[in-house]
Amino acid sequence: MAGKTMFEKIWSRHVIAEEEGEVLLYVDRAYVHEGSSHAFAQLDKRGRRVARPQQVFAHADHYVPTTGRDRGIEGIAIPEIRNMVKLLQTNTAKHGVTLFGIDDPRQGILHIVPPEQGITQPGLLIVGADSHTSTHGAFGTLAFGAGASEVMHVMAMQQLWQRKPATLRITVGGKLGFGVSAKDVILAIIARIGVDGGAGHVIEYAGTAITGLTMEGRMTLCNMSIEAGARAGMVAPDESTYAYMEGRPYAPKGANWKKALDAWKSLPTDVGAEFDKDVAMDGGAIAPMVTWGTNPEQAGPVTGNVPDVRNVGDDNKRAEYEAALDYMGLQSGMPLRDIKVDRVFIGSCTNSRIEDLRAAAEVARLGRATIPAWVVPGSGTVKAQAEKEGLDRIFIAAGFEWRDPGCSLCTAINGDQLKPGERCASTSNRNFRGRQGTGGRTHLVSPAMAAAAALKGRLTDVRDLLKH
Amino acid sequence: MQPFTKLTGIAVPIDEPNIDTNQLCPTRFNKVPRGPKHRDILFHDRRFNADGSEKEHLLNVEPFKRSQIVVANRNWGGGSSRESAVYALYEFGIRCVIAPSFADIHSNNCAKNGLLTVVLPDAECAAIRKQLRERPGATVSVDLAAQTVTDAKGQVRRFDIHPVRKKCLLEGLDDIARTEQYQDRFEAFEAAYRKERPWLYAG
Repeated sequence: MAGKTMFEKIWSRHVIAEEEGEVLLYVDRAYVHEGSSHAFAQLDKRGRRVARPQQVFAHADHYVPTTGRDRGIEGIAIPEIRNMVKLLQTNTAKHGVTLFGIDDPRQGILHIVPPEQGITQPGLLIVGADSHTSTHGAFGTLAFGAGASEVMHVMAMQQLWQRKPATLRITVGGKLGFGVSAKDVILAIIARIGVDGGAGHVIEYAGTAITGLTMEGRMTLCNMSIEAGARAGMVAPDESTYAYMEGRPYAPKGANWKKALDAWKSLPTDVGAEFDKDVAMDGGAIAPMVTWGTNPEQAGPVTGNVPDVRNVGDDNKRAEYEAALDYMGLQSGMPLRDIKVDRVFIGSCTNSRIEDLRAAAEVARLGRATIPAWVVPGSGTVKAQAEKEGLDRIFIAAGFEWRDPGCSLCTAINGDQLKPGERCASTSNRNFRGRQGTGGRTHLVSPAMAAAAALKGRLTDVRDLLKH
Repeated sequence: MQPFTKLTGIAVPIDEPNIDTNQLCPTRFNKVPRGPKHRDILFHDRRFNADGSEKEHLLNVEPFKRSQIVVANRNWGGGSSRESAVYALYEFGIRCVIAPSFADIHSNNCAKNGLLTVVLPDAECAAIRKQLRERPGATVSVDLAAQTVTDAKGQVRRFDIHPVRKKCLLEGLDDIARTEQYQDRFEAFEAAYRKERPWLYAG
C-alpha cells in the first residue's frame, strides 16, 4: 500500500462530512486582523457569535503605525485608520476573542506572533483572514488564507467547506551557497514554476536545502507559497521544529508535551507516498534573487539582467514584459545591478523575524545607508530580542530607521507608503503595481540584499560586500 | 446570497494576464464598508488619477460602463485574499468573470458572493475577447444550469463547474445552513478530537 503524504494525513483527520467531493473540515485555529472587519460585520448581520472564541486569535498589524506608538490607539493621527484598529478591539472584546492589540508587548504581524507564541503547532488546520497564512505550514501544519465570507463561516462554525487540493512536492537538494537565504529559494521557485504554478495545489517543500533551513527560513519559504498560487505550503516537522516549539507560551507542557510530540512525529510524509506533481531543483545553483517586474515570477539572479524583450519570442509574453518594464521604469536588457533604488524596507510577514534582522544587521554594520532605509520588526517580541542583541544600535549607527512592529510598507495602508515613481528594495512578498503605494515600484529581495541596497543605493550582490 | 441562473449582458475584454486583487481593489480601500462606493473602487488606480479625474480605461467608457461580464486572461484574482475585490466587481455590476484560470481564494470569494467564475480554454477566451474588441457592447450569455457560454457570435461553449458550487449558485444556498445540517457530526467529531489532542485545550 502506498504511503500517505503529510497533507493527506492532516486533511483526513479534519474531515467532518462530505458532499459530492466538497468536504466540511474542522478548523483548529483562526487568525484575524483589522481587515477582518468585513467578516465581523457579516457575523453581526446574521446575529451570530464566534463559536469557539478560544480558537480565534486577532492581531492589530495591518493598520497600526510604526512610529509614535507611545500614545497607543489615540496616537493614530488618521481617523479612518484609527477606527480600524479600534473596531478590531471592539469586535474581539464583544466576541471574547484573544487580541494581540496595539498596546500588547507581544503585538505583531499575524504570521509572526502565533508561531512565536506556540499557537501554531504541527498537525493543525489553520485558516487565516490573509493569504500569507501559508506561512504556518512551516510547522507541518495545513494553513491557508480565506476571504471574509469564509472567515465569517469559520468564526461562526469552527468549520469550513473546501475541495481537496492536489499535491505538489518541490524538492530542493544540495546546500545553499554563501549569501543565499530562504527568500532567494522561494523567489527562485516562483521564477521557475510561475505565479500560478502552484494553483489548486498544496506544496510540500522537501530536500536537504529545505531541511537545512531554520524555522524562520521555513516560514519565509512557506509564506510565499501563495505567490506561486498555491493553496498552502508545508515543511515536515523535525527536530528543528520541536526545539523551536518547546517552552513557548501556548506550546504543550509536561505530559502533554510528550503526547504532542508522539503525534507530531507521525506527520511527515511516508516513504513511497505519491504526489500529483513533483519539481526538483538544485539549492546549490540558487543565487541571491531580485524581482524586476510587477509580479513575483518576474525575477532573476542579481548577477543577471532585466530580460531583453527583443529576445522574447512569444507575443503575449513580450507584451507582458514590456508593460512590466514600462511600469517599473526599466530598460530592456539592463544589468539588474545598475538599478538605483530610492529607499529600502526590511520587514513584513515574509522577512521580519529575528534571523532576518540579524542577516540585515550583519550587512548594515559594514557601512552606512545612502538612502532612507527602514527596519520594521515583525513583533514586539522580535523587537525586544533584537534590542537585547544590540541589532537596533547597529541599524541606527548605520543610518537605518528602527521602527515599531506591523505590516507597514508591505501592505501600505497604515500611512507608510511609497510616493508615485519611488523605487524600493523590499523584503516583502508582492511587487504588484501600487502594492507599496500608488505608482510605487518594488524590487523583492532578501534582508541581506535589502541592507546591501541601502548601503550602495542600488541593487547589489550582497556576496560582494560580505567577502570584503 | 443572490442566486445565479442565467445572464445575458455586455461583456468587457481584459487582455492583461495575472490581474491581482490589488488591481481590483487597491489596499487602501479595504476599510470601506461594502456598498455603492465599491463601484468606483474597481480597478481604481487604473481608472482614476490622484485628483479623481478619469484615466483612459475601458470601464470608464460606454458601453463598457454597463458591463456585467468580464472576459479575462489567465490567473485572474491572484494575491491578497481580500473579498473587497469581489465587492468591487459586484457593485460595478459584474456577475460573471470568464477566464482561462483563476486564483483559488478569489474564485472561492466570488462563489460565496453569487458571482460566477467560468473557466474556458485560453484560446476560447482570446477568441471571445477579440470579438468584444471588434464589436464593443456585444453581449455574451451564460447559462449556469446548462453550463454554457454563448459568445458574441452565437457560438455555444460548454464549461465545467463543481456540482456543489453549481448548486449553491443556482439556489443561492447559504453555507451556514448547509453546515448546520451536520451539527451532530460536528459535536461528535470535536469531542473525540479533544480527547485525542488534549494539549490543544489545556489552560
